[in-house]
Amino acid sequence: MTTTLLVTGATLADGTRTDLVVRDGRISEVGTGLSATGARVIDADGLTALPGLVDLHTHLREPGFEHSETVLTGSRAAAIGGFTAVHAMANTSPVADTAGVVEQVESLGRRAGYVTVRPIGAVTVGLAGQQLSEIGAMANSRARVRVFSDDGKCVSDALLMRRALEYVKTFDGVVAQHAQEPRLTEGAQMNEGVVSGELGLAGWPAVAEEAIIARDVLLAQHVGARVHICHLSTAGSVEVVRWAKARGIRVTAEVTPHHLMLTEELVRSYDARYKVNPPLRRQEDVLALRAGLADGTIDIIATDHAPHPSESKDCEWTAASMGMVGLESALSVVQASVVDNGMLDWNDIARVLSSPPAAIGRLDGYGDGIAVGAPAEFTLYDSSASRVFDTDALAGQGRNSPFLQLRLPGRVVATVHQGYPTVLDGQLIAEETVSAAAARAAGGTHG
Amino acid sequence: MKHLLSTRDLTRDEAIGILDVAEDMADVQSREVRKLPTLRGRTVVNLFFEDSTRTRISFEAAAKRLSADVINFSAKGSSVSKGESLKDTAQTLAAIGADAVVIRHPASGAPQVLAQSNWIEAGIINAGDGTHEHPTQGLLDAFTIRRRLHGTASRGRSLDGVRVTIVGDILHSRVARSNVWLLTSLGAQVHLVAPATLLPVGIANWPVTVGYDFDEAIDAGTDVVMMLRIQAERMMSGGFFPNAREYSKRWGLDDARVDRLHAATMVMHPGPMNRGLEISSRAADSPRSTVLEQVANGVSVRMAVLYLVLSGERGELS
Repeated sequence: MTTTLLVTGATLADGTRTDLVVRDGRISEVGTGLSATGARVIDADGLTALPGLVDLHTHLREPGFEHSETVLTGSRAAAIGGFTAVHAMANTSPVADTAGVVEQVESLGRRAGYVTVRPIGAVTVGLAGQQLSEIGAMANSRARVRVFSDDGKCVSDALLMRRALEYVKTFDGVVAQHAQEPRLTEGAQMNEGVVSGELGLAGWPAVAEEAIIARDVLLAQHVGARVHICHLSTAGSVEVVRWAKARGIRVTAEVTPHHLMLTEELVRSYDARYKVNPPLRRQEDVLALRAGLADGTIDIIATDHAPHPSESKDCEWTAASMGMVGLESALSVVQASVVDNGMLDWNDIARVLSSPPAAIGRLDGYGDGIAVGAPAEFTLYDSSASRVFDTDALAGQGRNSPFLQLRLPGRVVATVHQGYPTVLDGQLIAEETVSAAAARAAGGTHG
Repeated sequence: MKHLLSTRDLTRDEAIGILDVAEDMADVQSREVRKLPTLRGRTVVNLFFEDSTRTRISFEAAAKRLSADVINFSAKGSSVSKGESLKDTAQTLAAIGADAVVIRHPASGAPQVLAQSNWIEAGIINAGDGTHEHPTQGLLDAFTIRRRLHGTASRGRSLDGVRVTIVGDILHSRVARSNVWLLTSLGAQVHLVAPATLLPVGIANWPVTVGYDFDEAIDAGTDVVMMLRIQAERMMSGGFFPNAREYSKRWGLDDARVDRLHAATMVMHPGPMNRGLEISSRAADSPRSTVLEQVANGVSVRMAVLYLVLSGERGELS
């Protein structure tokens, strides 16, 4: 039995009001006054229909760190945030540096059924920065890996980075670089600047990010490869990427929702929820990142969802882990930081959170937009809603959100993945229901 | 005063108020019976995650002279070294019934985290956190300067117009930070001298002047020279200066520089001193040196802080 859905009165990102009919995992009709016998009806009056969101940068922690997050719980967090696909970073234990591990992660995601989980393969064995991983085996595995990253660590060896960029061309892959010059950031605890000097916390200078990006775009140009820069955080990084794009270098870049909103001033609280890598920067950097996103220098928004158990954050700053959860709050934070102030519109949001992330990751069947024949991957979002963001809004295991207790705009009302809902009325659909729907879709017609 | 976490939080009037209470405490120390019953029945825990004998015994002496019960908790060899968290330690102290926790911690901000948490209700006194602050050291330094300048007429006085030159490892110094915020809010003009590698980024935003040349600073005239310890243990990555010889030659208070100081210029050092590196023995032992006064005044200042945190307003002091 397949799910037929009738969505009535949705507003597309371009402002068009329409109905949608979903059959066999695809959008079968788009128009007004539609009907579908026996269909489950979703009243989308006042809701914006966005193409299913795709995250290029998620930490799901499984295998190895299941006390932080599992593929299932991370998938739930993604669905409640409006995502239908996520790329899972490789810093698991064991590291995702072999075909076996990436196939395990992909399989766990498929079984959970909330989102498509596409693993990212490590660039180097054990993220040790010494020797290339089995990039080819991962690319040719059932997981079809196309993004390779040592995220959490920088591929700092220039020759190894060059080899990785050359090697992934074989599979039309991309290296996603965590740009952090290691010597310049030894012991770093926060952005280097006035605040770090006052607080007595070791600084993480902007140049440590910018220098690696400059090196890597030149390497990418030299070998004619694709390079993707993870989580840009400084105004200088935006400038380097802008310069590289003007030269025709094949570089793409991402920014996180939290770097679009939060500044280093929050570190004065020593509240470890604000400890993240790269660190929160100055207000000037936040404004430059927003501008870079608006003018297309920055291609996409990615969450860098990084769940940690409470004991990793409920402690002194220097002992705390770096990272914050982001899937559940992403759309609201993006709305607050770049939509409500008019810098971007919902068409732009549909772009930076769906089609290019899927394209960078070579993830077929995603980012195709809302059109007849496209896979039914979409999100219904109430941008006029407002809520105090609290732990009830967190569907993953992580509680390390800097946005808790803040009033945020917007709310994901429904998420549809492979033609079946994973979220309805703002509530997650039960695991067994989603899992069964995923199994049917896998045996059905969804491409 | 609920906690003392930072001198940056103190207004000029609050700082003068603490120094004035410390004057009262200093008077007590000159009596035959150097003890007050004020904090009888109260429990003060010295929670030291870093070794610091001089600061710990100073707080211990201060608490005992106020008749408080004192528990010394060294993290070394304790459950903390077995992995117990700050939260669990704090909750244990709460269960024991600590009224005030004097905390020394290698992590900047740890006292603030403790004070902001709901793990423990006790008053928190920062006895040095990482490279952030050491507020009682700043207060005892200000107290010492004020006493040297005004003697028994110090009460109510600020440090308006006093020129203070702080020399050395500013980058790693919690003492320097606490002194900068406190001395400037008391009206002093603070000048920092150090190699550029040992100055924090963003120092241009601090309420101080900055230079690299110690001799120029001496020639310009200064009422106080405060020498800082070179914190070699925080310089594992190296490269802050070529070697001790070069550092000592350019930024050390050697005999030749001591001789060029104005007769009334006082020489301060928070201790422990690296004699022969940042300060010569003649400078450290000269009559212009306030090193031992700083130690003695430390007890008075810490009595004042414990009293204010645990007993409230100054007016209650009998």
